[in-house]
Amino acid sequence: MGVKDIYPYPYWEVMIFNIKKRLDMKNKHIFLFSSLLIFSTIGCVREEFDDLPRARYSRTADIFTDNFVGLGSDFYFPYQGAKPDVFSVDDNESYEGTSSIRIDVPDADDPGGNFAGAIFRIDGAGRDLQDFNALTFYARASQAATISEIGFGQDFLGDTYRAFRTDVKFTTNWQKFVIPIPDPSKLLEERGVFQFAAGGIGPEGEEVGFSFWIDELRFENLSSLAQPLPKINNGENQEVNSFSGVTFPVTGTSVTLNFDGLDISVVASPAYFNFTSSNPSVATVNNQGQVSVIGAGNSTITASLGSDATEIDALGSLTVNSPGQFIGAPTPPARNAEDVVSIFSDAYTNVQVDNYNGFFQFATTQGGLTNIAGENIISYTNLNFVSVNMFNSPDVNASEMTHLHLDINVRENVDPGDFIRVQIINNNGPTETSGAVNLGNYKPLVSEEWISYDIPMSDFGGLGTANDVDLIFFISDGTVSDIFVDNIYFYR
Amino acid sequence: MSNTYKIFSYFLTLTFGFIVISGCTESNELPDRGYTLVWADEFDGTTGDPPNPEFWNYDIGTGDEGWGNNELQYYTNRTENIYIDGRGSLVIKAINEPFGGRNFTSARITTKGLKEFQYGRIEARIKTPFGQGLWPAFWMLGADIDQIGWPQTGEIDIMELRGQEPSKILGSIHGPGYSGENAISQPFQLFDSRFDTDFHVFAVEWGPDFIDFFVDQRLYNRLKPEDLPAGTDWVFDKPFFILLNVAVGGNFVGSPSSNSRFPQTMLIDYVRVYQ
Repeated sequence: MGVKDIYPYPYWEVMIFNIKKRLDMKNKHIFLFSSLLIFSTIGCVREEFDDLPRARYSRTADIFTDNFVGLGSDFYFPYQGAKPDVFSVDDNESYEGTSSIRIDVPDADDPGGNFAGAIFRIDGAGRDLQDFNALTFYARASQAATISEIGFGQDFLGDTYRAFRTDVKFTTNWQKFVIPIPDPSKLLEERGVFQFAAGGIGPEGEEVGFSFWIDELRFENLSSLAQPLPKINNGENQEVNSFSGVTFPVTGTSVTLNFDGLDISVVASPAYFNFTSSNPSVATVNNQGQVSVIGAGNSTITASLGSDATEIDALGSLTVNSPGQFIGAPTPPARNAEDVVSIFSDAYTNVQVDNYNGFFQFATTQGGLTNIAGENIISYTNLNFVSVNMFNSPDVNASEMTHLHLDINVRENVDPGDFIRVQIINNNGPTETSGAVNLGNYKPLVSEEWISYDIPMSDFGGLGTANDVDLIFFISDGTVSDIFVDNIYFYR
Repeated sequence: MSNTYKIFSYFLTLTFGFIVISGCTESNELPDRGYTLVWADEFDGTTGDPPNPEFWNYDIGTGDEGWGNNELQYYTNRTENIYIDGRGSLVIKAINEPFGGRNFTSARITTKGLKEFQYGRIEARIKTPFGQGLWPAFWMLGADIDQIGWPQTGEIDIMELRGQEPSKILGSIHGPGYSGENAISQPFQLFDSRFDTDFHVFAVEWGPDFIDFFVDQRLYNRLKPEDLPAGTDWVFDKPFFILLNVAVGGNFVGSPSSNSRFPQTMLIDYVRVYQ
């Protein structure tokens, strides 16, 4: 079971590869014979192979001392958008010995890229890091500076076991830094042994570059590192509403360890954790922390780190509430193109829209365009007001249209006093005109159900000719918090 | 550099001490002093039980000036802060919560007036808390403290630890003329482990003219009347009672930081007295 979790390859490929690797060293005849034997017995004696001692990959600790150790030749891979040529080996700076790794963080206006960021990936087979519990190094910078990310486990081949610290402060003096390994038992063949990302110092857009140096970069087993505290969902217990067919990742995964009295946290890939769903008929969760909602009901996703005696429950959980299948809004009727000006609908060709939530000042509204189980809809949460914005897009001319159509689905109980007002602003600016209607005047708001509104344009008193519709507002003043919206279009 | 040197020189001192004490044998264990068990609390209760009231009193509140050390916690007798865990240990839990005008709660218990001892081996098996500003302790005070006051009464700190240094404990004595910052103190450091990850046995063996300090059967300090500052008195010749507590903040450790993790627990597997 565990083997499948760890390797991206089918179980048998890995097993055979490992056996082959070990036998290769001894005798080629034995290898040939053995592999024949293995292939001929795969179907029936699978369990017996579990008892074989596993061949282990290199357990080398050092990554850089005065030069790189066992990384091969092609190991440096800059991030996309990062300045690529920031890395060198500096023979004039070192914590110990003669040399160190030097990174020259660029200025914000550097044509080659405005930040430094790269991974060191072993050019060859990965390392077995089970015997270690931390990546450590000494570092100093040309001036006091904050390194956005520094860690390991990123290989650009899935980044399965990433772990990194954020906002690490370097000073001008050499200091030792520790990146705890969230669960060393997972790292049987790790190629991504180092990763960093750093921008310059100063106000946004005007950052000035600096240099930093890394020396004595290696994996260690530190007895002073203890007390792991794993977290998912940032350690918080949260409820989410969803539907069958929706998948989403567990986020906010981290592990805090105490290094000689001081807590150090690393952001840790979900693959380090063991996830559990309290009700797998409602939601399942895979070993990458991907949640799949498959039925109606509630399920709580929790996690742990480690196994057996060292297994520790993670702080935080995610409770999924699902009514089952998502029921989409009614499909609008077929119309001739000249009879409709569609803002948001899968049934018609839509006009260009700037965005579905401008996050305006004083707006509490979150959300916007989303996709639920294959349906494109707009989802707003924590609504007070929000608008679909078209003022930077080509003019939207609805002057020939007679009605505005909307489908609204209120995602909470409807209480007395709840309202949703729809306001249209034409020709945004000093000469703008606007008109508003209260949806409740047409049909009452209904909880958890799609209600279709067809509002005569003449009801938007004060709007006048709608020849440049720039904003369509949804306003509840907080009386209604969570809504879905679909099929916003003008028609005649 | 200076730290490394300190540790190294301390190591040398220790090694030298062992040789002197044990006469070049493999171990530093003393000859058996013929002690037999006279009292113990094994904390073998049911989950959530309070400590046995026949053995233990509570110190409650904030004391004078934070129990004399500007400590930050409010000590309670609530089961949130002190309870038997049902797995053979007593738990003292320091919690970050507003209570009684303070931002932390914890617990402190004593055997004062219930179980007082003069001489013998006093030991406890403990797993400590950790983190900046945590201050667990297993210690003793003179039973006549209410009559003659502190430091005249005497204090024997069998184990105290700064949470920011989880591999190092201190054993100390305080008395008139050698108290507070001038206590006679000796650290003991683990080089391959920490006191918060496993249980360790902390003990003193105490006789009329000596107090020996132990961690896990390893003698790391011996104090005798001649070790006291000139003109001061050896006050360790009368009954003492036992205390267990987890303080938060105070002069000895400094305040907890945003980096300190709460709640923090001290687990006490047992307290035993041999004479």
